[in-house]
Amino acid sequence: MTEQSNDPTDETPTNDGQQFDRLPATAEEREVEGRATRQEVLDWWDQRFEIPPETFEEYTFWEKGKGKIWILHGDISSPLRIEALGMKFLRTRQEHWKPTTNAVQRFGREASKNVVEVTREQARRFVRGEDQELDWDGDWGYLVVSHDLAGDPEPLGVGLYVHGELRSPVPKGRQRDL
Amino acid sequence: MEKLERYEPLVEEFDAFLEACQRTLPSVVRVNTIKATPERAKAALDEEGVGWTDREWSETVLELDTDNPGSTWASYHGWIHGQEEVSAIPAEVLAPEPGERVWDACAAPGSKTTQLSALMDDEGLVVANDNNLGRLSALRFNTERLGVTNTAVTNTDSRNFSLKPFDFSAFDKALVDVPCSCEGTIRKNPTALDDWTMDHVRSVAGVQKGILRRAVQATGEGGTVVYSTCTFAPEENEAVLDYVLDEEDCRLVEFDLGLDSRPGVTEFEGEEYDESVRKAKRFYPHHNDTGGFFCAKLEVEG
Repeated sequence: MTEQSNDPTDETPTNDGQQFDRLPATAEEREVEGRATRQEVLDWWDQRFEIPPETFEEYTFWEKGKGKIWILHGDISSPLRIEALGMKFLRTRQEHWKPTTNAVQRFGREASKNVVEVTREQARRFVRGEDQELDWDGDWGYLVVSHDLAGDPEPLGVGLYVHGELRSPVPKGRQRDL
Repeated sequence: MEKLERYEPLVEEFDAFLEACQRTLPSVVRVNTIKATPERAKAALDEEGVGWTDREWSETVLELDTDNPGSTWASYHGWIHGQEEVSAIPAEVLAPEPGERVWDACAAPGSKTTQLSALMDDEGLVVANDNNLGRLSALRFNTERLGVTNTAVTNTDSRNFSLKPFDFSAFDKALVDVPCSCEGTIRKNPTALDDWTMDHVRSVAGVQKGILRRAVQATGEGGTVVYSTCTFAPEENEAVLDYVLDEEDCRLVEFDLGLDSRPGVTEFEGEEYDESVRKAKRFYPHHNDTGGFFCAKLEVEG
C-alpha cells in the first residue's frame, strides 16, 4: 500500500461472485486478495496426485463464487458474466483444497500418487455415498478412488481418507445403487 | 391419437404410423467419447451383462437391452448417456469440428450440447443458452457428469441473444433445436398430446421463427445452422424455414444420414412452402422405430 491508499479507486479488488475471472498466472500478478493462482493450482494437482502440470497446458482456470475454481478447455476474455464456464474443478480458500468428483473422474486417470484401488464391492459402497473402513497406509486427506472397469483402472471420484475410514463425498445427484 | 389425424395426407402407411406412435421406445444411449471409446463402453456393458446393439448410422448410438441404462457403471462414469435415437441426429448433421465456435440456442437439458462437445473432441467453444434457469441446472449437471470442459452457459431469450459478453462477433455453426409441440415424443410421453392446441402450435411457431432468425444472424458467412424439432406439424417445421429463407440471407442444403426419412413437405392445409424445404428430412416413428423428428441444414450466405 502506498500513501494513495485512501483513494477509493485504489482499493484492493475483491471477488465478484457474479462473474468469471481468469486466475492470475502467479502471485506477482494477483490483484484479488486470497485468489488462487494458476501456478498454485498446477502445483496442488502435481503435489497431491502427481498429475503433471502439462496435463493442463491447454486449459485455463477461473474463479466465480468465492473459492470455486472452474476449468475451461481453451481461453476466453476475462471477466465474463455468464452462468457457467467449463467444469467446476477445485474448491480453494480453505485449509484443505478439495477437487470435485467430476474433475477427478475426468483428470484422475493421470494421477500416480494418492490413488487408492478398490474392489467392485467397495466401489459400490463408495458410489452409494457410504463411508467404509479401508486399509491404506498412505497420506490422509483427499484420494483418487479408482476401480477396474473394462480392463483398466477408472477413477470413481474423490474420496476423503481419515481415521482408517474412506469417506464418500459423491454428491447426492451422482450417487447410484449399482 | 386423433390429434395426429391431420397428418394423414403427409404420411404413407398411416396405420403403421399410428400404431408405432403407441409403442414404447427402445432403450437407446449415446457413447460419450470425451470419456470412453465405443469399444471400451461396450466392454464395460459386456462386463455387467448388459446387451447392446449397434446402430448403423452412428458409431456412438447403441440400443441396450435394459430399461434402466442409468443403473450401469458405464453411466456412472459418464461413458454413456441416455438419449433418444432421433435426438442424436441434429448434432451429427451440424458436424462441428474441434476448435470451432458453436451456438446451442436452446440447450437444456444438454444431451445435444454434450454431443456437440464430443464431436469437437472437447476443443473450441460451445455456447449453451437456454431461457429456463431450472433446466439450465440439469444442463450443467449433464455437462459436468460427461466431463465436458468447452462450454460457456448463458441464460437469455435466444431471440435477442447477444454476443457482447464474448470476444468474438460470430459463430461458425449453430444448433437450433427449438421448443415445440413435441408430437414426436408421444412414444416416450403418452400424454404429450393432451394439451395440444392449434393455438399453441401457432404461438410456438412464432418463437421458433425468432430463434432461427437470430441464429442465422449470429452465424458467420459460409457457416452452418441446423434447425430441428420433435414435431410433425409443418407450421413448426417447413413454415419456419420458409419464413427464414425470406427474411435472412441463407439457403437450405442437402445432407446424408443413414436413417430412413422423407423430404420436407411443400404444401399443407392450403399453405405452400419454398421448394427447397424438400432438402429437410422428416423422420417418422414407423420407419426407424424411433420418435418423430424433423431436421434441416442451412448455409448462411450473408
